[in-house]
Amino acid sequence: MATLNMTDENYFKPGHLGCPGCGAAIAIKFALKALGENIIMVIPASCASIIIGPYPQSALNIPVLHTAFATAGAAASGVRAALDMKDDTETTVLSWAGDGGTFDIGFQSLSGAVERNEDCIFVCYDNEAYMNTGVQRSSSTPYGMRTTTTPGQDWKKTRKKNIMETMAAHRIPYAATASIAFPEDMMAKFKKAKGKKGGARFIHVFASCATGWGAPSETSVKIARLAVQTNIFPLYEIENGTRYTLNYKGDRPVEDYLQTQGRFAHLSKADVTQIQKMVTEEWDNICRKTEAFQPE
Amino acid sequence: MRQVAEGSQAVSEAVRLAKVQVIAAYPITPQTHIVEALSDFCAKGTLNARFICVESEHSAMAAIIGAASGGVRTFTATSSHGLAYMHELLHWASGARLPLVIAEVNRALGPGWNIWLDQTDSLSQRDTGWIQMYCEDSQDVLDSTLMAYRLAESVNLPVMVVLDAFFLSHTYEPVDVPDQGPVDRFLPPFLPRFQLDPANPGAFNQFVAPHAYMEMRYNIQTAMEKVPENYARIAEEFEIIFGRQHTPAEAVQCGDAEIIFVTAGTTVSTCRQAVNRLRSKGEKAGLLKLKLFRPFPVDFVRQILSGKQKVAVVDRNCSFGASGIFAQELKAALYQAESPPQVYGYIAGLGGRDVTPETIEDIYWQTKKADRPRTENMWVGLDQETVESWQR
Repeated sequence: MATLNMTDENYFKPGHLGCPGCGAAIAIKFALKALGENIIMVIPASCASIIIGPYPQSALNIPVLHTAFATAGAAASGVRAALDMKDDTETTVLSWAGDGGTFDIGFQSLSGAVERNEDCIFVCYDNEAYMNTGVQRSSSTPYGMRTTTTPGQDWKKTRKKNIMETMAAHRIPYAATASIAFPEDMMAKFKKAKGKKGGARFIHVFASCATGWGAPSETSVKIARLAVQTNIFPLYEIENGTRYTLNYKGDRPVEDYLQTQGRFAHLSKADVTQIQKMVTEEWDNICRKTEAFQPE
Repeated sequence: MRQVAEGSQAVSEAVRLAKVQVIAAYPITPQTHIVEALSDFCAKGTLNARFICVESEHSAMAAIIGAASGGVRTFTATSSHGLAYMHELLHWASGARLPLVIAEVNRALGPGWNIWLDQTDSLSQRDTGWIQMYCEDSQDVLDSTLMAYRLAESVNLPVMVVLDAFFLSHTYEPVDVPDQGPVDRFLPPFLPRFQLDPANPGAFNQFVAPHAYMEMRYNIQTAMEKVPENYARIAEEFEIIFGRQHTPAEAVQCGDAEIIFVTAGTTVSTCRQAVNRLRSKGEKAGLLKLKLFRPFPVDFVRQILSGKQKVAVVDRNCSFGASGIFAQELKAALYQAESPPQVYGYIAGLGGRDVTPETIEDIYWQTKKADRPRTENMWVGLDQETVESWQR
């Protein structure tokens, strides 16, 4: 059995409220292991704000500022400013938002913070819909997904917003995608982000949601791995908005991924073909932008 | 040192003297002079603070919530739509028990677009858990801003210092700007009762179930109830250091008055003049200035107005479907008073329309003539033709 080369230090303690197989909880655990000491976390309304525990408990062994849904970017900027005024250059401010708090309601404050190049790490843990409120579609919801607000034949017919491209358009110093199924890659990216002090950093973490995606809880990590292996969620980095580095090359058909989840069960063969076409298009786009393509 | 300054400058000077550490702001007329001056102080180094140029008022409030949670003294300024846009976070700030101070320049809400004086923007935030102070002149603005930090930090509740658009924000008048030494004695560095600290981790503002939410709300109410007492103590210290007296409300020639005006903001000055004129004509007019609106100075109001015949409230705001908001609050405060006066509610000067001493005198005569208030809200100086042109 392979062993992971990672610290036993754990800032995310047992007793959290995540569902069995919760991708968000796995993401928090790995991210905090990588970041180590001196972290202040800012969490807007999201599954994470529930997962880490209600008053008077907290599963996190670090200070947390819970903040209103739209405000992660701005609240994190304020915390950073306070630390700077107190001459605390050691502490890292970690904004931890879901896809709603990043792609939708939180997009404006994130854009503002990244444009100001705030010295914070902005994370989006992405479970591709409003899971905390019962699986409503967000602008991160992929083409083809059924949600409680895109039910039946009204399944989502538009693409997932490309959040990484929006960050690249801000010329953010560092942006990366990461997956809970690739913990070493993910932790390396969080460490790298922590080291790039002085500016904004963005990490887009694929965090599967077995509950909302209609999959058995023990398949969360497998699904996340398939998302990378089918190039639906490529692992890559963008430096200064222009320098692309691809970390993994997938070669499996999208069908392998789609068939693992109830949220896509209604799709016809033609729909799957359409999704494959869209995924290939996006993948080619990233490959074109990647100057040094490194196969696995 | 005495200077000639705008109301806006009075705010900026007070913020500089308060040694605020983080400012976040978004421009909106007529608040801009305040934050422009503060940007300038930061650029020159006369104020050692971080100025965050956020992309909206919602983010301005979120940023200072973040900064205050980090344990520093903060400031922002806004107006009208900006304040309305902050609404969600006004609740958040008081719920988080953060001693924020903001300057709010009273301006009308659209549509139609209107940049002039109207109090509905701040008064419609009355249930957000913020202390609200309405200022009469630039000195009042400077003093209230300094006192606001003491007050906010004494009860861990946020304070809104309110000043009228243009009539105060853009009007130059002599202001005594104190030296740093006395201000430091009055307002020591901020000592937060809690702050985000990796050495002492805690979760702020987290999910809370019914078993504790109500107790948290009750504590906001009890903190509000401490404000009058704290205000009195802080005002006493202020007077010793700076020689100027401040009270949550002020009674002007109320002793023998038969009709007492009640109002807030620059209209207080207009009423002072009208009262003097009426007195010179032998009329028994008086004035009650409301400075503190939240918490409402119920005891003071009852004490001054019990046993009086008539009160004329001049509201530059309206809660549609009810009446002027100061009038509502006053009536609520007087309901359990001994022999309460009749309350005549007048709505005047919305959207920057002038309220002159003559307007106030007209209100006086109208009130004197009446046996009882004709309606809950009497609108002053309406142009009937314009009104009817839209009713057709």
